[in-house]
Amino acid sequence: MDFSIDGKKVKAKKGEKILWAALDAGIEIPHLCAIREAENAWGACRLCFVEIEGRGVVTSCTEPVGEGMMVHTDTERVQRLRKRAMELILADHPMECKTCPKRGDCELLKWMKFLKVKVPKNLRPFPKERLEPDESHPLFVLDPNKCILCGKCIWVCKEKIRADVLDFAYRGYNMRISTFLGKPIAQSPCIGCGECVKVCPVGALYFKDKEEIKEV
Amino acid sequence: MLDEEGEVFKEVFSYFPARRRYLIRLLQTVQQKLGYLSEDAMKEVALHLGISEAETFGVATFYNQFRFVPLGKHHIVVCMGTACHTMGGQLVLDGFERELDVKVGGITPDHEYSLERVGCIGCCTKAPVVLINNIIHPKMTPYKVAEVFAGLRDKGSKSSEEHQE
Ligand code: SF4
Ligand code: SF4
Ligand code: FES
Ligand code: FES
Repeated sequence: MDFSIDGKKVKAKKGEKILWAALDAGIEIPHLCAIREAENAWGACRLCFVEIEGRGVVTSCTEPVGEGMMVHTDTERVQRLRKRAMELILADHPMECKTCPKRGDCELLKWMKFLKVKVPKNLRPFPKERLEPDESHPLFVLDPNKCILCGKCIWVCKEKIRADVLDFAYRGYNMRISTFLGKPIAQSPCIGCGECVKVCPVGALYFKDKEEIKEV
Repeated sequence: MLDEEGEVFKEVFSYFPARRRYLIRLLQTVQQKLGYLSEDAMKEVALHLGISEAETFGVATFYNQFRFVPLGKHHIVVCMGTACHTMGGQLVLDGFERELDVKVGGITPDHEYSLERVGCIGCCTKAPVVLINNIIHPKMTPYKVAEVFAGLRDKGSKSSEEHQE
């Protein structure tokens, strides 16, 4: 299937989502929640907006390519929407980058710089409740305070590993990822594969090991 | 799991085929029978439908109608709708929390009283309103909290039986 992104000719197989076709062609599109193997994209982060000529703005992780489609990644509308989405994520995020175990390869920071967005001061009128990190598991820690609710850990645990440890719970500002009844992960059906930690784009899930090495 | 609970699950599961789309109705029916969603209840529902426990918990916590602690003999519901809120509903709620020494959403250790807050009950002219086992206590004040308890103790559990739906 032939189509174009920012005037560049791109080929992709039928049904491929615009996001992956673009990345394969070396065109950068910010994305935090998309998983390539996932059958249905979750579409949560709203960073991957692109504009299709004659169609308008869509999230590129959910939209399949079409023959002759003309996709643009840098229109004014796309830029504005992406920036706003990034601001909304940042408004809810404790920026503790200096001490963060994800320091160095944080995807949130990477796209924040890419989009040239600053941490907004006015989008969070009241403080966020601080939650206790779950350190019960011998291998890794879950710090819900840094979670951006991308849903990737849930997908791998559920669809790939089939251990079904985590899911979203509560709603609105209180939404978080949680085990059954919010029990410590060590008391959940977790098999300790660490796949969730590997897909987490931020410092919400991290291996204890790395942390120890850093401290030494 | 208590035997009675097991019976309840058996009965409820016989109405609803094991399909994912019945999750919420199952939870609602179980809660209707038990007064709340116990740990076992959510586990059994998950098992019946073949979905994960974490997801069942996630869905249940999304909705305000589900509760995870049992109802007390006297279930106290403080209205925090707009009218009741502006008429001092928070002070009334604080009063109950103090008097019972439980937080909203909780239950006293003797299971006599449980405390809950809701949005508008629909009788704003009587704000601030408190509902105890579906009896309306109008124009509440923090001072009237102790009075209300005196009334409840006098009547014993009679009132709760009479007026339960
Ligand atoms: S997760 Fe990323 S943005 Fe958040 S504190 Fe850690 S390094 Fe900073
Ligand atoms: S813990 Fe990480 S992977 Fe899981 S939802 Fe939060 S940010 Fe995403
Ligand atoms: S990557 Fe498309 S919405 Fe997150
Ligand atoms: S706001 Fe309390 S009854 Fe309407």
